[in-house]
Amino acid sequence: MGELSLPPIQIDVGSLVQRSVATLYSHLVTRPTGRAVRLAIESLLADAGDIALSLIDLSEVNVLDFSCADEVVAKLLLRYLDPDRPREAYFVIRGVSDIHREPIEVVLERQQLATVAQREDGTYELLGVRSGSEDSVWRVVETHGRIRSDEVSLLLPAPEDRTALRGLVRRRVVFADVSSGTVHALSKLAAGTT
Amino acid sequence: MHVIDVPASLDYRALDALLDSTVPAPGKRLFDARHVRWVDPCGMLALLAAGTRVGAHGGELPHLQLPDQTDVLGYLARMGFFTAAEGVFDMNVRAPRRTASGESDVLLEITPITTNSDVHEVVDRVQGRAGQILSRTLRYPLSAVVQFSVILSEVCQNILEHAEAPGWVAAQAYRWQKRLGRHVLVISVVDLGQGFRGSLTEEHSARFGDRWGDATALEAAFIHGLTRFPDSGRGQGIQQIRKQVRRWDGVISIRSGRARIADVPTWDDMPPLTDGMEDFSGAAITIILPGPGDDDG
Repeated sequence: MGELSLPPIQIDVGSLVQRSVATLYSHLVTRPTGRAVRLAIESLLADAGDIALSLIDLSEVNVLDFSCADEVVAKLLLRYLDPDRPREAYFVIRGVSDIHREPIEVVLERQQLATVAQREDGTYELLGVRSGSEDSVWRVVETHGRIRSDEVSLLLPAPEDRTALRGLVRRRVVFADVSSGTVHALSKLAAGTT
Repeated sequence: MHVIDVPASLDYRALDALLDSTVPAPGKRLFDARHVRWVDPCGMLALLAAGTRVGAHGGELPHLQLPDQTDVLGYLARMGFFTAAEGVFDMNVRAPRRTASGESDVLLEITPITTNSDVHEVVDRVQGRAGQILSRTLRYPLSAVVQFSVILSEVCQNILEHAEAPGWVAAQAYRWQKRLGRHVLVISVVDLGQGFRGSLTEEHSARFGDRWGDATALEAAFIHGLTRFPDSGRGQGIQQIRKQVRRWDGVISIRSGRARIADVPTWDDMPPLTDGMEDFSGAAITIILPGPGDDDG
């Protein structure tokens, strides 16, 4: 079986906010700033391949307010979950520290969204609204890195777990390769190891 | 000349009295602040709002008789009051200016909020010098400095997005030795815009029928998170500020139109909802955040 090639696009939000709103500050505050940053991210994705894996890096962002989190995280995810999305795109939020977690969780909850986040220590977590089954199935995919279609029944014997897996695919917090049927953990794709 | 007595303790408790004393009337007005002994950001911004309102109605700038006490005058200068008061009051006297150099104990001087970049400026200032005051002098943890910045950002955006008019923000830390035995952060945001009722009327008044008014509009925004924007991501600013304030066991109150609504902790006796005051066509948001106590490590 051929290796999946999905080169990640690194997006440093700290520098992007300075370029997008012509400011010296890298604080992600105010709705207009968030909107400008989101549009800049969308513009970067427009030049990507057929399927984009975008790594949204918050490590240089010292302040993230709720309005900005709504624009940069929630509205960005909503845009690429929409049936009329401009392209296929998946997102991993990187450099997530305690100061970012609450605004992100709040806006995800409000819009009933979930996303994959990488903490500052490099470990991954699923943030936002998810069921207990979705959480445990996401961890199974995360542990294995990828699950081939013929392994699904073995690794996820309960029907509700397979339903949860389909939910995770639909919510784009795992990647399903339509040609092979293999489901990939976004963390492994981000690291280029699957 | 009609004289308006400025309360001797010009703090968050005096805000309603001062705003209510400025009902439109003909003739020159004089704000008599000679006996002011104590002033906080809420008092300063209320004075600016009251002066602006009187000037707009009367067609000429009201006169401000400055406090007698030199330490009060000095504090007003350090907070940037006299710069902000230019064009609001006729002061006649040469007021002390803010010094341009040297260390300041001021957390956030009176800052006009008219554009998005003003909010960035406020957050940047808090993350810089003000953050050092909070963490080094007052022993606030770094996470609290960030939360403080987020609260400021969200309340300032309330001016830009809902008031459709300029406003001011100011903040300072005090030690409330007698009341709480700890430091508190006092944040004040005041605008002279359309108020909460004005912002929400077109979208939401119909469903409330005869009950619609300032108090209902404040409840709709404060408790239920309603905004005039159809976007489901909107309306969380105030909700999240309330959550943060509760976490700090603080007070948040909003005066708009004839009403005021508040989340009040056990240590304060402000009523949660007041209606029937004089009309103040704008919004005044007061936030008081108790800091770590001496025994909180």
